[in-house]
Amino acid sequence: MRQPIRVLLAKVGLDGHDRGVKVVARTLRDAGMDVIYSGLHRTPEEVVSAAIQEDVDVLGVSLLSGVQLTVFPKIFKLLADKGINDLIIVAGGVMPDEDVVELKKMGVSEVLLQDTPPDAIVKTLTRLVAERGPR
Amino acid sequence: MSAYVPSVELIPRIERGEIHAIARLISRAEAGIPEARAALAQVYRRAGRSHVIGITGVPGSGKSTLVATLAARLRARGSKVGIVAVDPSSPYSGGAILGDRIRMSDLAGDAGVYIRSMATHGAMGGLAQATLDAVDVLDLGGFDAIIIETVGVGQDEVEIAKASDTTVVVSAPGLGDEVQAIKAGMLEIADIHLVSKCDRSDANRTLTDLKQMLTLGAQTAAKPEWRTPVIGVCSFTGQGFDEFLTALEGHRGASQNTDIGRRRRLAIAAFRLQKTAENLLIERFTQAAAGLRPVFAERLRLRESDPYSLATDLLAASLK
Ligand code: B12
Ligand SMILES: Nc1nc2c(ncn2[C@@H]2O[C@H](COP(=O)(O)OP(=O)(O)OP(=O)(O)O)[C@@H](O)[C@H]2O)c(=O)[nH]1
Ligand SMILES: [Mg+2]
Repeated sequence: MRQPIRVLLAKVGLDGHDRGVKVVARTLRDAGMDVIYSGLHRTPEEVVSAAIQEDVDVLGVSLLSGVQLTVFPKIFKLLADKGINDLIIVAGGVMPDEDVVELKKMGVSEVLLQDTPPDAIVKTLTRLVAERGPR
Repeated sequence: MSAYVPSVELIPRIERGEIHAIARLISRAEAGIPEARAALAQVYRRAGRSHVIGITGVPGSGKSTLVATLAARLRARGSKVGIVAVDPSSPYSGGAILGDRIRMSDLAGDAGVYIRSMATHGAMGGLAQATLDAVDVLDLGGFDAIIIETVGVGQDEVEIAKASDTTVVVSAPGLGDEVQAIKAGMLEIADIHLVSKCDRSDANRTLTDLKQMLTLGAQTAAKPEWRTPVIGVCSFTGQGFDEFLTALEGHRGASQNTDIGRRRRLAIAAFRLQKTAENLLIERFTQAAAGLRPVFAERLRLRESDPYSLATDLLAASLK
């Protein structure tokens, strides 16, 4: 049996906007993926340890609170400390273009902002996992 | 990107309790990767130490919340706790939203707890195909207690009783007809009955009903050596959990080096064997029959033959 793509969707910090992340969760499920949602108000530590335990292909962080440039460095530091180098990180939500450039430099594979059509989210994740190959 | 680490090389790391290695071998078991079979075989031979606790009950009965509280209690006693939480896959898309973990967020950050969410991927019976492989891996990984949360059981998904050392059936008050909710096999499979949400006023009725049903059934009970307790719990306050933990220990004690224990473990092994053989057979048949199936289906459509005869022929032709 082939295993569907596994995704952890996470909300970090005080950000209480969860409409978008729930839309994404349903979209990915309807595209045949296994989706785990962290719930609101998680810490980067909790999110990273959940991603490792669940061995997800993709960790997707949804941020609409403007703190992306503090959250993502923490996530990458934790992953590096734990020796994880095959987890795909994507970001979504609302953030300025210059931050998107920064995030990509840090190692975020894709940033999918507001009004991204569901289809594009599915295609992006599918492509990223295919590019990574088996592990 | 990093190179593929052979599965057998994960085993020493699993034995050291390395979470990343544990998680990876479970993923490979779930994906049915042939390369992982030899490693899983080694894991099985060395596992068998942990107390495997199955938690089942209708959807929404409070299983996940209860698992979180139970795990916290076991942690307080110094046990490492592994959790495998199974949720149903959508029959339409094959995808799933695995929602059990979110109820266990109080356990996040505790390195002595491992939580794995798993979708059924079409498996019936309340477990996923790889659930028991995951249990073995966690067992080898040094987890003292391993809790399996089944999908919300409708009625006849009772596989958990053939997969766990101790089976706990959870009934919630106010889910309509309580007696209805626990019919069809659920009464028999329980080693421990819990009535959840005991902070609610209607919990007492459920408790009384359940106790009454059990006394009625006592004479015909399949397990005369163990008296199945009925315990009311509240996962928010921890009410009833002392008694619950005592019952868990009691049942484990009653199963160690005893005839009922041996019989139970034999039944578990027989079930595992049967399941694995079924899965292998289906896998082999599905592959081998792929080419022939359209031809046979066409003959069936034309009513040249009948389903039973054609299926028999197809099996014979495919599984030579
Ligand atoms: C609805 C809304 C709210 C609702 C939220 C309801 C809820 N439960 O979600 C309420 C009214 C509660 C709210 C409150 C606040 N809000 Co508000 N809110 C919005 C608003 C109008 C729409 C957000 C939304 O739901 N969009 C619809 C969903 C479907 O879109 P989405 O979330 O962007 O998700 C899409 C993509 O981004 C992507 N995506 C999202 N996550 C992920 C994750 C992954 C992995 C992937 C691949 C893709 C992906 O996919 C989705 C589908 O395309 C935005 C403005 C805007 N235009 O975005 C402001 C906005 C986000 N809010 C804002 C603010 C400031 C607040 C408040 C602080 C206001 C206040 N002063 O009280 C509070 C904070 C509350 C809190 N605790 O966090 C600001 C944020 C500014 C910033 N980031 O710097 C915004 C941008 C408005 C603005 N222009 O100022 N808000
Ligand atoms: N009042 C009360 N509510 C509870 C208790 N335990 C759980 N609940 C609530 O019951 C609902 C279902 O809880 P879950 O733990 O998700 O139930 P579940 O059996 O795991 O559900 P599924 O996995 O979907 O089958 C949630 O809203 C919980 O908050 C309790 O002890 N008391
Ligand atoms: Mg649950």
